[in-house]
Amino acid sequence: MNDPKSLWHPVATSIDLPRHHIFHGQLLGREVAVWRADDDFVNVWENRCLHRGVRLSIGTNDGNELTCRYHGWRYANRSAGCTYIPAHPADAPARTICNRTFPAVERYGLVWSGEDPVGEPPLVPILDAGTPFTLRSLPVNASAEVVLAQLGDHRFQPVDALDGDHAAMAVTELGDFALALTAIAASTPTTTSTAVFFVQPVDSDRSVIRAVLTDTPADSEQIAVLRHHATRLGQLVALAETAAADQPAPEPMVATIDQVSLALSVMPERETNRSAPLRVQVARKWETAHDIMAFELVSTGNPLPTFQPGAHIDVHLPNGLVRQYSITNGPGDTACYRIGVKLEAESTGGSQALHDTVNEGDVLAISEPRNNFPLRRDALRTVFIAGGIGVTPMLAMAQALQPMGLAFELHYFAQAEEHLAFNEIRSTLGDSVTVHLGLSPGETSAELTRVLQGYDHANQAYICGPGPMLEAARTIAAEAGWPDQAVHFEYFKNTTEIDNSSSFEIALARSAVTLQVPSGTTILEVLRDHGVAMPSSCEQGACGTCVVPVIEGDIDHQDVHLKQTERDAGDQIMTCVSRATSDRLVLDI
Amino acid sequence: MTSTVATICADPVILDQWHPLLPLEEMTADNVGKTILLGEQLSYQLDTHGAPVVWLAADADATPLPVLVEYLYVWVCLGSPPDALFAIPEFAESDRRNIHAGTIGVHVSAPRAIENFLDMGHFPYVHTDILGAEPHTEVAEYDVHIDPDTNDVWATECVFYQPRAATTSTEGQMSDYLYRVPHPYCVILYKTTPLAAERMDVIALFCRPIAEDRIEAHMFLCLLDPDNSETVIRKFQQTIFGQDKPILENQYPKLLPLDPRAETPIRADKVAIAYRRWLSDLGVTYGVIPAA
Repeated sequence: MNDPKSLWHPVATSIDLPRHHIFHGQLLGREVAVWRADDDFVNVWENRCLHRGVRLSIGTNDGNELTCRYHGWRYANRSAGCTYIPAHPADAPARTICNRTFPAVERYGLVWSGEDPVGEPPLVPILDAGTPFTLRSLPVNASAEVVLAQLGDHRFQPVDALDGDHAAMAVTELGDFALALTAIAASTPTTTSTAVFFVQPVDSDRSVIRAVLTDTPADSEQIAVLRHHATRLGQLVALAETAAADQPAPEPMVATIDQVSLALSVMPERETNRSAPLRVQVARKWETAHDIMAFELVSTGNPLPTFQPGAHIDVHLPNGLVRQYSITNGPGDTACYRIGVKLEAESTGGSQALHDTVNEGDVLAISEPRNNFPLRRDALRTVFIAGGIGVTPMLAMAQALQPMGLAFELHYFAQAEEHLAFNEIRSTLGDSVTVHLGLSPGETSAELTRVLQGYDHANQAYICGPGPMLEAARTIAAEAGWPDQAVHFEYFKNTTEIDNSSSFEIALARSAVTLQVPSGTTILEVLRDHGVAMPSSCEQGACGTCVVPVIEGDIDHQDVHLKQTERDAGDQIMTCVSRATSDRLVLDI
Repeated sequence: MTSTVATICADPVILDQWHPLLPLEEMTADNVGKTILLGEQLSYQLDTHGAPVVWLAADADATPLPVLVEYLYVWVCLGSPPDALFAIPEFAESDRRNIHAGTIGVHVSAPRAIENFLDMGHFPYVHTDILGAEPHTEVAEYDVHIDPDTNDVWATECVFYQPRAATTSTEGQMSDYLYRVPHPYCVILYKTTPLAAERMDVIALFCRPIAEDRIEAHMFLCLLDPDNSETVIRKFQQTIFGQDKPILENQYPKLLPLDPRAETPIRADKVAIAYRRWLSDLGVTYGVIPAA
């Protein structure tokens, strides 16, 4: 006999898995939670939350994720990875907490799984050749062995001779846990029915009989056929349970529960670096454009802090990542923050997590709004140039200028109509918005040249978009006579390769402390390691949050936040990426 | 996944504890009551002076076991009893009401029930709209220490948003909690009351272990609430524990695993981690799966 753990067994019937249900099954002493997701994937999982051992089968299935009843931990369809721990919306561990999964295949109206099954679930030629009809499953308080022995003597009537009796039976064994029985009518030997009986070993003293007829009866006969088999199998169950009761009770099967990894067994350290003091709830999540999801975030406690147009928030994601998103709200619209999240093709998990696992009702930890892209409100003409998702800070800015009667134009570059986000905000900005769709890089440059022509006193330009577009705009603006101080950029990210090989000394002028920055370590990390509380956000030289004034020393900037004139002044650095080319930097902190 | 371990307790640490058998008010002089403690069949009755007497049912001589009456309950020891039970000084304060709020049988080990009592993270999910509500799911950082004099486990500085923290609550509040574990199977909660700024309500759970994986939990209250009827107060507590019972009975394994790699702790579980270590250090083996 094969090791039962190496075999596929039925653990449920397909109709045990209606929409958003979780079925509690058991195989070889191990409990499993069986559930169907909205994408039709059938999950067979260890029936136990990794946190405190509560059965997942008493939780909820929302079609995408399974939520534990005890503490609301959520586990993803397919992977069984934990996506959300509500007790710690801020410092959810960036660790992979994954429940144990078992393979699942639906075949013959049954869900097949196993501890460690080899190959594919069994193919039964007589079922494949027919039109299988799944009968009602019956649980039995007897071992699979006892049940199989009883099944050898099982009798039923062919579908077309249900009223008769004494059909002759032919038995075919099909592996260790199944057999096929053919009933041949006593009066007319050409009238036959064949059923395959699979016996699911639940525990050493319990089984489930799962039977499948090779051919589906006519609709009008199905109830009578089901009733006939339920009656006959009910008699078999009684015989099997009587036989089992005569035998000594077997030792129960023991299903070993995997240990969690050493890393997961230790209470995670508190995240103390990037601060996320605010708790917000996702009040609304909607697709505002192709691949752009909008989120409306409302406070769970005190009113949300004031934000300025251009400000961003750090969003601390359930998977431990931190991402920056601009607030799109206009002035006075302070009851929530609305952000737009573009699904990045090469997402490292940030935008993916927001798109896939963060749902309405979830709590997120966010930073207070920070504004590293401030808007001047004294310009006679303001030009906003937005590429793709770069429109988000511009929307807040334009809404701030509009009621003040300050002239502005918003040029919104996008691939196509369906990529345009936040139409409801744009529609309030009227003719000030010009949309440029589907332009090639050359056409974009030509359009930027046209848009940026005619610099005049008290003109300001704000540009946010992909790196190449920003570089083009920077050059075109300079050629058109825009002074550096009048052109403001916000980069999505710093795509330059950061060179952190240098080592040098930093002197903190105000605290009279000298620290060593070794190669491979950032100034920010050294400061924090020595107890200097430093704000930070993107930590890649794009956002400008971790800026520090410099008194003395030669700077290796490496950021994309500072303008050329600011770089040339040499009096500030981004501590997350900037370094020294001299032996020593004196910082004004 | 179900197995009732009906063996008689052989754990000296647990045998030498006082265990809460039942409320004194439920014992009479007229009848001999029968119950089970740590797998042992016990008989009990009030004597002619009104004092409780407890003996092993199988003992033909009915030799009395050591008993103690404290905090409304009759406590029994099957081994060598400690001199005294842990102190709850509030019990003697004249303006408080001491209430036995009920006893609930739960098919789980005592340490699992204690750990659940120490847990704030489940409030929004299990005690929805009473002790917690979404989206207020966060468990803020709190402190845990072991009292060097009494060896009690303490969790302090616990704060949690509660829509209806007690029978006296009229609106949601941030509740301040202190948790104290003075006994392997008993736990005490001190909680902000809307009625007095400087004082706290005392809510305790005293577990009687019937078997390793089966308890009866006595709910003891020492409250500053002068107004609500005992019925209202009992109903509130029984509602809360009635919500916990199905969760506890769906925990596997039923015995509390002390091996750190059996389950996945988060920061909110700081006091649970301390409690598990404390049980290990005490050498408790009954009701737990000791660490390898």
